[in-house]
Amino acid sequence: MATQVLMPALSPTMEEGTLAKWLVKEGDTVKSGQIIAEIETDKATMEFEAVDEGIVGKLLVAEGTAAVKVNTPIALLVEEGESADAAPAPAAAAAAPGAAAPVAAQAAAPAVPAPVAAQGWPHSDLPEGVPTKTMTVREALREAMAEEMRANPNVFLMGEEVGEYQGAYKISQGLLDEFGARRVVDTPITEHGFAGIAVGASWGGLQPIVEFMTFNFAMQAIDHIINSAAKTLYMSGGQMGSPIVFRGPNGAAARVAAQHSQDYAAWYAAIPGIKVAMPYSAADAKGLLKTAIRDPNPVIFLENEILYGRSFEVPAEGDFTIPFGKASILRTGTDVTIVSFGIGLTYALQAAEDLAKDGISAEVINLRTLRPIDYDTVLASVMKTNRCVTVEEGFPVGSIGNHIAATIMQRAFDHLDAPVVNCTGKDVPMPYAANLEKLALTTTAEVVAAVKSVCYR
Amino acid sequence: MAAKKPADRPNVSKEDLLKYYREMLLIRRFEEKAGQLYGMGLIGGFCHLYIGQEAVVVGLEAAAKEGDKRITSYRDHGHMLACGMDAKGVMAELTGRIGGYSKGKGGSMHMFSKDRHFYGGHGIVGAQVPLGAGLAFADKYLGNDNVTFAYFGDGAANQGQVYETYNMAELWSLPVIFVIENNQYAMGTSVKRSTKSTTLFGRGLAYGIPGEQVDGMDVLAVKAAGEKAVAHCRAGHGPYILEMMTYRYRGHSMSDPAKYRTREEVEKMRSEKDAIEHVRDLLLQGGLASDDDLKAIDKEIKALVNESAEFAKDSPEPPLEELWTDIYA
Repeated sequence: MATQVLMPALSPTMEEGTLAKWLVKEGDTVKSGQIIAEIETDKATMEFEAVDEGIVGKLLVAEGTAAVKVNTPIALLVEEGESADAAPAPAAAAAAPGAAAPVAAQAAAPAVPAPVAAQGWPHSDLPEGVPTKTMTVREALREAMAEEMRANPNVFLMGEEVGEYQGAYKISQGLLDEFGARRVVDTPITEHGFAGIAVGASWGGLQPIVEFMTFNFAMQAIDHIINSAAKTLYMSGGQMGSPIVFRGPNGAAARVAAQHSQDYAAWYAAIPGIKVAMPYSAADAKGLLKTAIRDPNPVIFLENEILYGRSFEVPAEGDFTIPFGKASILRTGTDVTIVSFGIGLTYALQAAEDLAKDGISAEVINLRTLRPIDYDTVLASVMKTNRCVTVEEGFPVGSIGNHIAATIMQRAFDHLDAPVVNCTGKDVPMPYAANLEKLALTTTAEVVAAVKSVCYR
Repeated sequence: MAAKKPADRPNVSKEDLLKYYREMLLIRRFEEKAGQLYGMGLIGGFCHLYIGQEAVVVGLEAAAKEGDKRITSYRDHGHMLACGMDAKGVMAELTGRIGGYSKGKGGSMHMFSKDRHFYGGHGIVGAQVPLGAGLAFADKYLGNDNVTFAYFGDGAANQGQVYETYNMAELWSLPVIFVIENNQYAMGTSVKRSTKSTTLFGRGLAYGIPGEQVDGMDVLAVKAAGEKAVAHCRAGHGPYILEMMTYRYRGHSMSDPAKYRTREEVEKMRSEKDAIEHVRDLLLQGGLASDDDLKAIDKEIKALVNESAEFAKDSPEPPLEELWTDIYA
């Protein structure tokens, strides 16, 4: 009986990958544990080992095929004397996307919201009239760092696996080659220590970019982020600031459970002396990160692992920056304002799409930065729509949504036709089980329901 | 600690010896005055006095050059005076006035002077150790030959971040001198009650960092050890550890009842090991200064300290707008 070899998931967020290279050919005998292929994920090129023994009866997916979905059969192993053709036809193999054409550059691009003609830059998603190119959030972050490092010799990157490993999430890929080990500094696993060293270096005349492998690990370093970086300008009567960026993935990825899934947006946004940015699109990622690196203050830059691989339009040339404290309006509407940021916008935008079919016109605001917050854009929108729903993945108590709701109550109470509703992650540590994890995060359905409730529908 | 030998003829000039005497005396009189102002309610919050430990900062400053940096804990008044910060500005910060180094917004524990390369004044025990290594990282990156003195106490020596920093400082050959001011008590807990590994400099050996124990009550011994450590760092050989065996005469802070040690222990240190008396003996017995010379210095220092106290009382409180300044650059 032939055995199917399936496309493996090689990272928590991998949904598809490129079958870069076959290391066996049809007719070869394969032993369990033998490396049979190289598979490129969104993060790295990985060796793929056979689990079962047998003879390679058929290679179902050609070398160089991109976007092979996880669990697609990629080869058949047969026993001595058995024919591959006798094995049941693997239906899924034929459906594997792009099986014929090697490497389509563009991965599945999510729907990019239509540019907003009525709103001028910087409140539109992109400046109007500039040529754009498609790139992933990952590439945009890398390009932002590379451009700023070229422009300023005192900008350097430090963190775990940023150099020789090329970045745990491939954000810093290629930077070591271009800038050398003096400026792309691999650290031991010692967040508290290297965060302190980086803050000291920022006082000594440098502009460090500190990559945390995830912001969950930055809890080890939070004393230096807050007590050393955020407060020293004030404590020194204005003599000594900390021009430093702390960046890395934040919030839930996929199936990584409670200690690797926390969203720190509200925690850091509570602290005077730091700025907090949370990009959604690749344009946000590039423009905000360049602004962060140039900022003379400590900036917390909260990325998202799931968004790293998504593609968006980004200005193709020029020095593209996005000012802090300017929200963008991703979709205009008249019935309700949905305020969100980062990955929360995936739910917000999908909900707006679904609601439109029911005749509800939602305006979607992307805050971009959480300190400073663009209150004016939110308030102007709420004064127009008279209703507001906020969307984020973080915990519900003391959330950004709570703060937005309080601000709207204080400054636009008479304009409200319904209470503001906060859609957030649930008040539980992140569970591992797939069904519970989905339930623990906010969902598009919850956003739709919240909007309907404030619209009394 | 070795017993002092006043008869030894030190290899030091009269001018230098007088300078150390003057600087140590300034710290002591300044701290006594600060204690007095605290008692009068003019200084609030936490106030950690440096009395007894003067030889450590004065000796190490004698080994430093312009451009070298220093950073320490909250027991920081002595370090600031020793590196040339103005006594008036320090005292006015203690009283929370606009004339203070941080415009009254930092207080006793948080003062800085970019001018004098003094990077604080840190209230979180041990935090200054990686921060100091970071200053050294910047100097190495920028390619100059400055070194950083990162001071911390025997209490901070048990913080994990100290060892994270040792590891990276040696790995990257950072020009930082880790100065452990072992005054034998972490607040009220003696070194022996905190650890079985009481030779604190020796812990650096595990990371490949050389170091030594120094009589921190002898300013000349401190200076000599400092010069050795500085030469090591400037030559690009990486960090060095100096464990200064010293003693604080006063409590941990102003509110310390000092139940953890006997009055006799303190008295014994004061009478047998006092750093200022030691230099005074060297000056008098070596025939380098007369009683009258030293009295003149005492008087001059007293006037300087009184002037700083007057300034600190007269300087106005920060204007209310200052609440909202210096949050962002």
